[in-house]
Amino acid sequence: MGLLQFLQRIEPDKKKSPLLHTAYDAFFTFAFTPNTVTKGGVHIRDGMDLKRLMVYVVLALQLCYLFGSYNIGHQHFVAAGQHLGFLDAFHLKLAHGLIKMLPMFIVTHVVGLGIEFLFAAKKGHAVEEGFLVSGALIPLIMPPDLPMWILALSVTFAVILGKEAFGGTGMNIWNIALLARVFVFFAYPTEISGDTCWVSGYDSLAAGSAAEYGWWHTGFFNSIFGSLGWPQFDAARTVVVDGFSGATPLALAYQGGMEAVNQHYSIGQIFWGAIPGSIGETNKPFIILGALFLIFTRVASWRIMAGMVLGVGVTGLLFNAWGFNAFMMVPWYYHYILGSFLFAMAFMATDPVTASGTNKGKWIYGFFIGMVGLIVRVLNPAYPEGWMLAILFMNSFAPLIDYFIVQSNIKKRTSRV
Amino acid sequence: MDLLNIFIKSAFIENMVLSYFIGMCSFLAVSKSVKTAIGLGAAVIFVLAITVPINWVVSELVLGPNGLFKTDLTFLRFILFIASIAATVQLVEMAVEKYSPSLYNALGIFLPLITVNCAILGAALFMVAREYTFSESVVYGVGSGFGWLIAIVLMAAIREKMRYSQVPAALRGLGMAFILTAFLGIAFMSLMGINPATYFAKH
Repeated sequence: MGLLQFLQRIEPDKKKSPLLHTAYDAFFTFAFTPNTVTKGGVHIRDGMDLKRLMVYVVLALQLCYLFGSYNIGHQHFVAAGQHLGFLDAFHLKLAHGLIKMLPMFIVTHVVGLGIEFLFAAKKGHAVEEGFLVSGALIPLIMPPDLPMWILALSVTFAVILGKEAFGGTGMNIWNIALLARVFVFFAYPTEISGDTCWVSGYDSLAAGSAAEYGWWHTGFFNSIFGSLGWPQFDAARTVVVDGFSGATPLALAYQGGMEAVNQHYSIGQIFWGAIPGSIGETNKPFIILGALFLIFTRVASWRIMAGMVLGVGVTGLLFNAWGFNAFMMVPWYYHYILGSFLFAMAFMATDPVTASGTNKGKWIYGFFIGMVGLIVRVLNPAYPEGWMLAILFMNSFAPLIDYFIVQSNIKKRTSRV
Repeated sequence: MDLLNIFIKSAFIENMVLSYFIGMCSFLAVSKSVKTAIGLGAAVIFVLAITVPINWVVSELVLGPNGLFKTDLTFLRFILFIASIAATVQLVEMAVEKYSPSLYNALGIFLPLITVNCAILGAALFMVAREYTFSESVVYGVGSGFGWLIAIVLMAAIREKMRYSQVPAALRGLGMAFILTAFLGIAFMSLMGINPATYFAKH
């Protein structure tokens, strides 16, 4: 209980410094469940409050973080023609991944939480810490080489316009993490589309020059690895590998269906995630583990996930029957492991705030996300992947779905009276 | 297949409100409850389905160089389109009042209000610019009306859900409505770029 006493001792005065107290309160209630409970009325008195709920999602994402960081490094070295085996030079890949990943994580949280603290202090509320999950999700859905100022800008856009304008945590209509990504996608399309953006450091390699390493690579990590006698970062030895395009499996499938994918990647590679892609979405088993954890703890709705699986299956079968081009001929079950379907299903669509609230509505909502997402993925040549836009699309329909289900329930019950 | 293509395009991909931002005035003003939004949306479909073909007749058979007067009178297009829309809406309103009072009551003030909805004139002008045939203009009218209905109903459902949200004081009302419209526009950008015609073509 040392931490509790320490925290209670340093509590700042609420009247003198409201901003400081807001920040303090946020971290205090994050560490400990506050023992203030409602006095009257009908309320559920439970230790499972909003922050505990959100931490479960963050926990479920940890494996994706670990693998994502490592895969940034792995893709970088594959593009640079070094250490081609997945576990070769483990330390270098992890170091490169951390150099890319940590700043993104820090920038996202400093900007997002900073804005949240400001608004909470201004409103005189306690910080709801709704940014905890969004902040954990945002770095995972970005390309690894995204400039930090664009990341900061997109987080600012999403938190201010997507959440605080709507009245804060739990009031937003559209998924905040996806709004941040959609901002980058439409405002800075060159940073997040094409084949080269998914491999860290690929641009300088493709231009024919050596990989660019900064102080953290050559100064910090090289001195550590050097003293241990391990291989070091060596920009001079990086070469451009012939035939390495950095294309994601989806981009290949768009060009030539499953045959084109199989020429570059095996199904095992796609499943285990040693492929270029958004940071968090490549490794499927870890995402499935996270999804099972969320279903088991009842944080995420299994109905939405099942609806999405069903929607993709039905639409995929329809496309198979149609068979217009090579992409439509991709067998329907491959759509589950191509691209970011699983990540969107487990962590994005199940956001309880933006999804439908009714049980029947969740099935409909999930089903149509699966359908629209696959339509965008296969039919829309403008976008390589559909889930971000499909979820935002169905977020806008969620209140309407709920409205009609509530109305039909009312009708059903009044007829019974 | 061409007609289906035009319908899908006008309803979803090139949605009047959410990709051209036409017809905003009544979209923002009457989107406070889902019920009235459905009423207005139905009225817009109704009026568009009638006026777009009528304006097609006006522009092809009256104003066109091969029309009634054998001269190019297309500079009269705007004023005649508005006149024909207003006249049609008035006639339709009278007919509906006479033959179906219940529908008339349901539509209420929205029917005359639609006369000044720019989506109606916009659809007529798009129809001319894209050189639709008569049957295409019918489908285009119904399709864009349907798209307008979807947009306003979505907006109304969101605004009903947000009724108890603590929106910052400066944004309450129209400010929030504009932000909502922008986000709806982003959501509908998911379909932008799909060209149904390529998939309907025979291969």
